[in-house]
Amino acid sequence: MAVFYFEKEAVLKGYQKYFLNKVLWFIVTLVAAFILNFILPRLMPGDPVAAIVSRMAQGMSNSSGVQAIYEQYTELFGTNKPMIEQFFIYMRNVVHGDFGFSIAQYPRTVSDVIRSSIMWTIGLQFPAIIVGWLIGNTLGALAAYLKGGFDKVLMPVSIFLSNLPAFGMAVILLVIFSVTLKWFPTSGGYGFDLIPNMSWKFVWSVIVHYQLPFWSIVLITIGGQAIGMRSMSIYELNADYVKYSRFMGIKDRKIVSYVFRNAMLPQITGLALSIGTMVGGALVAEIIFSYPGLGSTILTAVLGGDYPLISATTLIITVMVLAANFLIEIIYGFLDPRIKSAQAD
Amino acid sequence: MKHMLKSIFRSGKFVAGFAIFAAILLGVLIYPIFVPDPPLKIIAQGTFFEPGIYVSVYDSLSAPTHILNLDEASTKRITSKLSEDDRVAIQKWLVGAGIPEAEIDLANTEQLLEQWFSNYDSTKRVAGMTNADRNYYIRLNTAVTGLLGDEGVSIAVVNPDTGVLEEIGTVLATDYVNVGEVANVRVLPLGTDNFGRDVLTELVAATRVSLQIGLVAGIIATLIGLILGLVSGYIGGFVDDAIMFITNLFTVIPSFVLLILISFSIGQDKRGPFMVAMVIGFTSWVWTARAVRSQVISLRNRDHVNLSKLSGHSITHIILADILPYIASYVVMALILQISSGILAEAGLSILGLGPRTTDMPTLGLMMQWAMIYQAHILGKWWAYFPVIITIAMITFSMNLMNTGLDQVFNPALRE
Repeated sequence: MAVFYFEKEAVLKGYQKYFLNKVLWFIVTLVAAFILNFILPRLMPGDPVAAIVSRMAQGMSNSSGVQAIYEQYTELFGTNKPMIEQFFIYMRNVVHGDFGFSIAQYPRTVSDVIRSSIMWTIGLQFPAIIVGWLIGNTLGALAAYLKGGFDKVLMPVSIFLSNLPAFGMAVILLVIFSVTLKWFPTSGGYGFDLIPNMSWKFVWSVIVHYQLPFWSIVLITIGGQAIGMRSMSIYELNADYVKYSRFMGIKDRKIVSYVFRNAMLPQITGLALSIGTMVGGALVAEIIFSYPGLGSTILTAVLGGDYPLISATTLIITVMVLAANFLIEIIYGFLDPRIKSAQAD
Repeated sequence: MKHMLKSIFRSGKFVAGFAIFAAILLGVLIYPIFVPDPPLKIIAQGTFFEPGIYVSVYDSLSAPTHILNLDEASTKRITSKLSEDDRVAIQKWLVGAGIPEAEIDLANTEQLLEQWFSNYDSTKRVAGMTNADRNYYIRLNTAVTGLLGDEGVSIAVVNPDTGVLEEIGTVLATDYVNVGEVANVRVLPLGTDNFGRDVLTELVAATRVSLQIGLVAGIIATLIGLILGLVSGYIGGFVDDAIMFITNLFTVIPSFVLLILISFSIGQDKRGPFMVAMVIGFTSWVWTARAVRSQVISLRNRDHVNLSKLSGHSITHIILADILPYIASYVVMALILQISSGILAEAGLSILGLGPRTTDMPTLGLMMQWAMIYQAHILGKWWAYFPVIITIAMITFSMNLMNTGLDQVFNPALRE
């Protein structure tokens, strides 16, 4: 009994240490990302507020509007105050969800613009990346296990897929399935003649518009994951413990489950590390489909010289990626037996 | 060295990747010798001319004519002139006039016209035909009859003194000119883009610039990663902790976001191709630094390094002579990957509207952005975007192939 308690305590300690570590790291990265988001534009030559005001003056005829934005941004950036004070003003505003007014879409506020696009991006990208990751890993593991013809077909296809940029895949799917075959609409998140509501017609329109962006991200993800999982599985299949298990007469299915569990762990870490890059690629793919998500928001912000919108969007994307990363690390903690057995040393 | 090169070139994957890459490079170097036009020159008035050979109509009138009597000529001419709508209209009339629909073949121009001429009668009233329809058929009949005739077309110029048209020659249906004898012929293998630029010339220049961007970005990223990895791995201690902290930070903060933020802050006017390359390089060194560090740590306590330390060599000497040679192969592979991901990063940035400024040089990403903004993909103008995607895919594919090949040569465990 005593031994049992001791083990349980150690296990808990192992978990505790791991999760505490991850939470701490999450907070540190969040703060660092926030500081970078604040400081990078200010490191650039020139005064950001002056640049904003000059850009605004070209695009707007309403002089009282220009004046309002000018005051808003002198307030938001407080460029006449010392850097440290500016930082705290910026932080206080951001914590309150106040990113100021959008320049290109004045008088909408930045938080309003982002609120209307963020759900599209989350709804599109995270399911697509997860589905792509699952399919890719299954295919890669199968290729390693079955070998032969399956492997010979899957590998070149995966290599081809993983070498295509995400926007390239998006364009190709778009041209084949919506321009040529006319199976799916070419752009947007829902029919241009609809107003978002909960009717069946609208939901169906969203589903139809969802397909091509979704599958273009899934296909791109499959390629890279399948290649990684295949080589990982081949490595594990040749490991000593597999040979030993075979000598022991353990059933093949059991061995395969060991192998794939072990091969899976580095793939989860890989997902955590590459999710930022994937999101970046997928944002560009959104633009090809004019999907109403954050990618398209960035494009309109860039074209309109909309500095506050860019700054807020990049911050939101960073937070999303960091949160996704954190979640994956937590899940990893439950899956990796080494963390359970770590004796809090 | 010689032995190593030999074994590298024995790897099929490396050779295949190298061949593709060399072909792209060769094309980029040789093409400008034959077509020295500036890549951003607008040559076409109008958007998206289809790929093909463009022959000057004006010059072909003054080129020597040759008479060719070809049987198919008039049929071909009519086939190309008779639109789908006209064919359907003819069919409708014929059916109305009592010809069984099964006997009419819309694709067979010769038979269709034969049926038309033997049956058409402008005075005949077909049931359900309005007066406008009747007039349309009369016009159609004249047009089709005119197509069959071979009297030729007159060429006339305005006499500058009198202002009267004077005939200076006729062009017969059997007259041909040799394309080689026409003064102005322009081959546009990939047509023109939305601005009216020659896509192939633009593509070649864009590939060159994109490769340069990739190279500069790759070299910067690899150098930073190499130096940080060497220092952090070899010196260890606090320096290692500090560098690893920064590296880990930039591993999770997406470099794409930093790229967007920095590129936007720099502003469109200051963003030349070189600047974009630098920004990409400065945001993508993380992986190289991590990998170099872990390799250096495994090398740090090897016997030959310890021996070198005991002999009193300086740190620089040890790093240069005892550690670098062992990780050189890895660094080369990292460089290749960095170049290809640099090219992809430029393309992504440009589509977001954050690429190099658009005034002096095209890049693959900018071409893609233009095609997307002008909706080439929805309008079906494949030549404006498809060659760009293929070029990007071929570059990254060839580099990945070379990399896999090198990996197999240097890592015997991976050989199949």
